[in-house]
Amino acid sequence: MFVTILDIVIGGLIMGGIYALIAVGLSLQYGVGRVLNVSHGEFIMIGAFATWSLYTLLGVSPLLSLVICGPVLFIIGFLIHRTLFQYLRDKSESIGAFADSSLLASFGLLFIIQNVALLIWKADIRGYSYLSSSVSILGAIFAANRLVALLFAVVISLVFYIFLTRTRLGKAIRAAAEDPPTAQVMGVNIHRVLAICFGLGALMAGFAGPLISMIYEIQPTMGLEYTIISIIVVVLGGLGSITGSLIGGFILGLIGSIVTYFDPGLSLIAYYVIFILLLLIRPTGIFGK
Amino acid sequence: MRILEGEKVTKHFGGLAAVHHVDFAINQGEVAGLIGPNGAGKTTLFNLISGSLPATAGEIRYKGEKITGLKPHQICKMGVARTFQSAKLFAGLTVLENVLAASLFGTKRAISVPDAEKEATELLKFVELSTVGAILAKDLPIANRKRLEVARALATKPDLLMFDEVMAGLNPTEVPQAMELITKIRSKGITIFMIEHVMKAIMSVCDRIIVLHHGSKIAEGTPEEIATSKTVVEVYLGE
Amino acid sequence: MDRVRVISKGPFFFGLIFLVLIFLATIPLYVQPYLVILLTSIFMYIIITVSWAIFSGPTRYISLASAAFFGVGVYTSAILGKAFPLSIVVIAGGLVSFVVAIFIGLLTLRLRGMYFIIFTFSISELIRNFLLWWETNMTGTVGRWVVIVDHMTVYYVVLVIFMMALLTAYLIKRSRFGLALRSIGEYEEAATHIGINATVVKTIAFAISAFFMGAAGAIMATKWTYIDPRIAFDPLLSFMPVLMAIFGGTGQLYGPVFGAAIFAYLEEILTTKFPYYYMLLFGSILIIVILFLPHGMVGLVQKWRKGGLKRQNANT
Repeated sequence: MFVTILDIVIGGLIMGGIYALIAVGLSLQYGVGRVLNVSHGEFIMIGAFATWSLYTLLGVSPLLSLVICGPVLFIIGFLIHRTLFQYLRDKSESIGAFADSSLLASFGLLFIIQNVALLIWKADIRGYSYLSSSVSILGAIFAANRLVALLFAVVISLVFYIFLTRTRLGKAIRAAAEDPPTAQVMGVNIHRVLAICFGLGALMAGFAGPLISMIYEIQPTMGLEYTIISIIVVVLGGLGSITGSLIGGFILGLIGSIVTYFDPGLSLIAYYVIFILLLLIRPTGIFGK
Repeated sequence: MRILEGEKVTKHFGGLAAVHHVDFAINQGEVAGLIGPNGAGKTTLFNLISGSLPATAGEIRYKGEKITGLKPHQICKMGVARTFQSAKLFAGLTVLENVLAASLFGTKRAISVPDAEKEATELLKFVELSTVGAILAKDLPIANRKRLEVARALATKPDLLMFDEVMAGLNPTEVPQAMELITKIRSKGITIFMIEHVMKAIMSVCDRIIVLHHGSKIAEGTPEEIATSKTVVEVYLGE
Repeated sequence: MDRVRVISKGPFFFGLIFLVLIFLATIPLYVQPYLVILLTSIFMYIIITVSWAIFSGPTRYISLASAAFFGVGVYTSAILGKAFPLSIVVIAGGLVSFVVAIFIGLLTLRLRGMYFIIFTFSISELIRNFLLWWETNMTGTVGRWVVIVDHMTVYYVVLVIFMMALLTAYLIKRSRFGLALRSIGEYEEAATHIGINATVVKTIAFAISAFFMGAAGAIMATKWTYIDPRIAFDPLLSFMPVLMAIFGGTGQLYGPVFGAAIFAYLEEILTTKFPYYYMLLFGSILIIVILFLPHGMVGLVQKWRKGGLKRQNANT
């Protein structure tokens, strides 16, 4: 009994750690940059597949790939924002118009990135085996890679949280999120901060992708589901709250783990039901203003 | 007859009391003013009356009927209309369409589109906007935006019309024009309740003035009484 | 300016529309079946887009629930198709979607902006995933077979639905109901303060738009003959009308029609000629359109008109 519970809890934390990462990424892109990036999941997918290729073709450890993919995707995200979304932002007549056009542009990105992935890797399901030896914790058995993934997810989340609360750049970002005009007056380079935030979102995707590829099988069409989960977690945690996204991720992961125990096919449905109830009862989420 | 009255009206936002236990009464046919420093809760009170916001506690009655808890469109149809601090116009519609919509939906009685159009055109004449009927509302200068909001509010055939800083942003020549409009409206028998910062206007046009400060009513009386009240002067000088 | 108006609204215009309709009605008689089927597909997209624009156009509430309403129509058709004649099935598909929309509308129409968008998307996905799970675990068989209807009949039914959707959109636009919708879209709070019951108005418009999507779903099911939750509730059906309407430009009636027509035709060509690249091309076109045609085709047409008038005035 205890073992089952431990199984579920740790399984939930593993999943939750990944959810937390991707949700924080989306939260930065939406909360600060005001772009609901529906192609977020595609960035995750690219991270996952790049890791797969690096491992199966060159034997590069996924953990090393993580260190590579993160920054690379950060740069790509930064550039995309600096060019595409910045342009749309400047040209939009209103905030609403920008929200619409940026949403559509990110759809365009979704289609493009997914198609590119399909061309490179074909539509098959891929997987690989890394650190798959079993580890026993208090009687429950886990694959080592899952525990490593959890460790990395937690560490990255903590580092990021410290970055946001203790460093100058982190504070500038939070200031820009709270009150862009005032932040600008105080000397924050809004354009750069927005692009950095978007890039940071891609960074998170670049970290999550490799971790996911270590634990699960991957497919070029996997992106949308992760995007949706990110959105759900962001709303659950409260729009604009990074802490909320972190905690919300773990909560959703735990819920998913519990539901999966009873019927694996129901976890996504459970997420949707929770999401819908959330929107109806408390759209501001746990920590939202 | 009291056309509008409020009893212990209260509104909390989280822990903050924006409006606290305010009692007030407006008599039919009078022009009543609502003044107070910024943040005193004036617009919040208007929002409670018009149904924009639900009250935390207290009761508001219009013509004797309880209106707290009703939706804005219901309150409007009963005969209460208002303007907003920053004119909330239908920017993408024409000036005429703005008023036409109000003519069509603002009253309980059914009205045909041609009749509503006629009414709307009449109202544009009343506020002196006849020449710009076909222009999009977003292209109007600020003084005309205010006039349009007034025309739109009048189109709902109100017995009580609430102005929220209708003179804000007007230059010295436009203020007397606005005051004239208010007098014209009053002579039609419509009761007026107005929030205003332009003291000269409030003092000359109002029969009675209510003063709010930090969400509570601190004074009430005729313009002379308010002008000479020590409490009021302190509150304004202290800001 | 006046000259352009006269051409738009006079008998000349309606005569033109009438001719176009006659043309469309007689096309199947002298054209290959492949083309009829292609046209049917294109009309389906136009119907969904025009219906979507009935609600989302004026109110600016971007709904991503189109897949839900379409899918409900598809499933209604699959369930009733064996027992009832086609016309009943199509109308039933519309009505069931109408009712579902009223229910969803009353639930969610107090959500605004982004929340509304993701809520409507979630409802669609929830229904899809739930049906998939249900069929996998409870009934054992995923998907259903639908009564087959010949492609000519399908075409004509789709044409009728298209005409009715277009007519409804036109009538609403010119009515006080349409004015109420636009007021809500411009400034909802002000609209409620001039007596508009926003909740009721929005819900009714939402339901009307769902009706046509449901009817379209009901007839398209017969064209596909086999349906399952992934086909019936395909999320792309929710994204497409948004893209098509924005590509075509909202605000004018012809915007969504032409936007959907071009997009649908493009999609057909791209999926058949470049099956491996079509998403790439599609996404690129989308981005290019957003960058350079923010007001869609309607914006382009209006710019062209203004330019034409300038030339006209310059010559006098």
